[in-house]
Amino acid sequence: MTDRSPDGATVWARHSRLRVVPPVQPRKLAKVPFVELADGRLQGVVSSGSDISRVYVSSIAAGTHNYNCSTNNNRPCGGLYGAPCKHLRALVTEAVVQYGVDRVSRYLRVEVPEGAELADCLGGVHEPAPAAVVFSRFLRHLAYLEVPGTTLPIPELHWFPATGVVR
Amino acid sequence: MLAVQLAALLGGGTEDAGTDAGHEEALALLDGFDDALVDGLARVSGERADAVTALAAAFAGTPLADRLAEAADAVVSGSIAQEHLTALACGRIALYGAVHDALLGRLDTALGRERAEWPPTPGDPAADGSASSGSVAGGAASGGSAVDGAVPGDSAAGGGVSGGSATDGAAFGGSVAGGAVSAGSAVGGVVSGGSVPGGAVSGGSVAGGAVFGGSGTAAEAGGAGAQPVGNMLGGVRSWLRELAITGWRGVGHDLVSAADQIIEALLGVPSLRRLAVLLDGFAAELRACCPVGSAERLPVRRWADLWTRAVLLSQDGVLTGEPRPAVTVSGRLLVLGVDVHEHGTAVQFQVHAVLEPADGGRSRLVRTSVTVAKVDTIAGSALWKLSQHHKVLLAALAERRSLEITDMPLLDSGDLVWDDDRAFVSKPADPLAAARLCLSGALAPAVPPLDRVPVRIAEPVLVEGYKVTRDGSFDLGGAVLAVDTERLPGCGPLTPALVRASSACVGLVRWDGGQWTLQPLAVQTKVKRETAVVATGDWALGPTDPKAAKAEARAADAVSVLRERAGRLLRR
Repeated sequence: MTDRSPDGATVWARHSRLRVVPPVQPRKLAKVPFVELADGRLQGVVSSGSDISRVYVSSIAAGTHNYNCSTNNNRPCGGLYGAPCKHLRALVTEAVVQYGVDRVSRYLRVEVPEGAELADCLGGVHEPAPAAVVFSRFLRHLAYLEVPGTTLPIPELHWFPATGVVR
Repeated sequence: MLAVQLAALLGGGTEDAGTDAGHEEALALLDGFDDALVDGLARVSGERADAVTALAAAFAGTPLADRLAEAADAVVSGSIAQEHLTALACGRIALYGAVHDALLGRLDTALGRERAEWPPTPGDPAADGSASSGSVAGGAASGGSAVDGAVPGDSAAGGGVSGGSATDGAAFGGSVAGGAVSAGSAVGGVVSGGSVPGGAVSGGSVAGGAVFGGSGTAAEAGGAGAQPVGNMLGGVRSWLRELAITGWRGVGHDLVSAADQIIEALLGVPSLRRLAVLLDGFAAELRACCPVGSAERLPVRRWADLWTRAVLLSQDGVLTGEPRPAVTVSGRLLVLGVDVHEHGTAVQFQVHAVLEPADGGRSRLVRTSVTVAKVDTIAGSALWKLSQHHKVLLAALAERRSLEITDMPLLDSGDLVWDDDRAFVSKPADPLAAARLCLSGALAPAVPPLDRVPVRIAEPVLVEGYKVTRDGSFDLGGAVLAVDTERLPGCGPLTPALVRASSACVGLVRWDGGQWTLQPLAVQTKVKRETAVVATGDWALGPTDPKAAKAEARAADAVSVLRERAGRLLRR
C-alpha cells in the first residue's frame, strides 16, 4: 500500500465521499462580487467605485499572466496604462482571500517569494479577452440565488459531504 | 451500538475489517472498470479491456448478460454507441447495488435492526421472482420483477454475511449474483427504456413504476409536450458519452464548459433537480482539477460513481414524474440529528428522526430533507438562513425539541416530504435522549432499488461507554470504530476537539473505501468542564457563539450583496 494519508492517492482513488473542491473562505463581496479560477484564467467581476450599476470584468491568464479589464459592455478600462489597473489588483487580492495564496499561485503558475504580494509577481501584458463569457458566468452565478429550494430528498448529495471551514 | 454489535460489524477483528471475499471480488470488478475510465473508453487495450470484459462476464446468466457482452465487445472494438455506455453503467450500478445490499444486510444484522421490505408493485404479473430466467425485455417489462428480484437478492446477501465467518466463494458468489440480479433487473428497465421502440411499453415507465410508482412517465418521456425535457436529457447523455470516451485524463476546459448550458437548463425543471445538482457538483470538480491530465491524484471510484449515477438519472423516465408519497403520516417526530451535504451550489440538510405514529403503530426511522441552491461564497452558519422559511424544522433543531406532524407525506424510501404548515414544535428532547429512548426497535425504511449505492448508507446509532483512542477513534470494549471528524459541517458548532472529549455520541454509520466509520451528529461532551450536548443543528436559528456570529454577519452580508447585484444586473 502506498500513501494512506487522508489526502493520499490511494485514499482518493478508492473513496466515494470526498470533498474534491476545497471549500472557499468567506469574504466581503461588496467590491469584488465574483471571483473564479476557470477556463485557464483567474477571472471575475469588480464593482465600479463611481457608478453603482457598472461593473468591470477582469481576468488574468494562467501561464502567460496576460491581463484584461473592461466593462461588461466591452469598453476597455481607463486604468490600463501598460500595467494592471486597480480592478485587477482588487481581483487578485480577493482571489487570495477566497482560495488562499497557494491555490491561486498554483493555478496561475506563478512563483511568489516569501513575503511578496502575488499581484507584484505577475509578468504579462495587456491582451484583449472575452468579457461577455465571464459576465454571463457571473449572471449564471447570481441566478442560483433564484433557484427555488426543495424538500424532496436528493440522494445524490450523499456524495458531497459538508466539511468544516476554518473558524 | 453495543460493543458486541460493533464487533459483529467489523468481523471479529479479522484483517479485512468487515468485508467478505465475494464482496472484494465485486469491488475488484468495479475498480477494473473505473480504472478504464481514467484514460477513456476510446483507447482501452490489454488489462483495461479485460476489466471491461470481466464486468460484462460477471452478468452471465442474468437479464443484463447479452447487452453487457455486446457493450464490452463494442468497447474493445472501438465502436461505442450511447446504448453500450448505458449498459455498462447499469452493470456497474447492479454490481455496486449488490455490494450495498451485502453491506447494509451486515450492518442491520449486527445492530439487530429490522428493515421494511421494498413494497411489491400491486397487480404485477411477475410475482414468482424468476426475473433471472427472463430475457432482458421480460425483466424490463414489469416493475414487479425488479422488486421481486430484489427480495431473494436481499435474503441471499443477508445469508451470506450473517454467518460471520469466511464464506466460501460459491456461497458468496451466489449472494453477489443474487443482489446483482435484483439491482440488474431494476436497471434492466432503464437499459431497455433507451432502446425498446414504442413509448407505451417503454422501460422508462418500468423504472418509474418500480421507484416512483408514477403512471404518467411513459407519456412524459414520449409525449410531444415534454420534448424539451427529452432534449435536455439527450444533451446530458451526449456529454456523458464524450466524457467516458475521452477519459478523466483527457478532460480540458472546453469539455467541462460544454456542461454549463445543460446544467442551467436542468435547473429550470423541478423534476430534473437531482440530475442538475449532481452534474453541477461533478462538473465543478472536473473544472477545479483542469487540466486533469497533469493532476497528481484522481478520485477514480468517486468520478466513476458520479458518471454512472448521471447516466442512470439521464435515462428517459427515471426522474420525470414526481415521486409518489406512499402514505401520509401523523405523530411525534424525535430528532436524532442533522446530516449536512454541500457542494459549491447546493446544500442539503437531512434530518434523521424517529417517527412515533399517532395511531400507536410501530415507530420508524425517517429522514426529512431541505435542499437550497447557493453559491460557493455563501458558507458556514449563513447556510441556515437560506432555508429560513422552514422555521418550524429549524426551531426544533436549534432548540432541541420534538415535533408534532399531521398528514405529512412519507415516501417509500422513508423520506418525509417536509412541510412547515403540517408541523409544530413540541416538548424538549435532545438527540441523545431521543436516541436512548426510541432508537432501538424502530423500523428502518426499505431502500429503493435504484438508490442502492454504498454511499447512501447512513444508519443512525447511539454509541456510549467508549474510550477515545489517540487517533480519535472510539474503542468499544476492544472493537475500534473510526470516527470521521472531517465531516463535521462548518455550519454547526461540533468540532473534532468536542468529539474527542465526548462520552456519548449519536452518529451515522457509513461505509467508504472499504471501512466502516461513524459520522457524529451530536455528542455529550465537556464544555468548560460542564457536561453539555453539542449537535450539528445547534446553529439552525443562528450561531450561539460570538466568534461564529461575527463570521455570520460577514457572510449574511454576502447574500445581500449578491441579491443586490442580481437585482441590478440580472434582468437587463
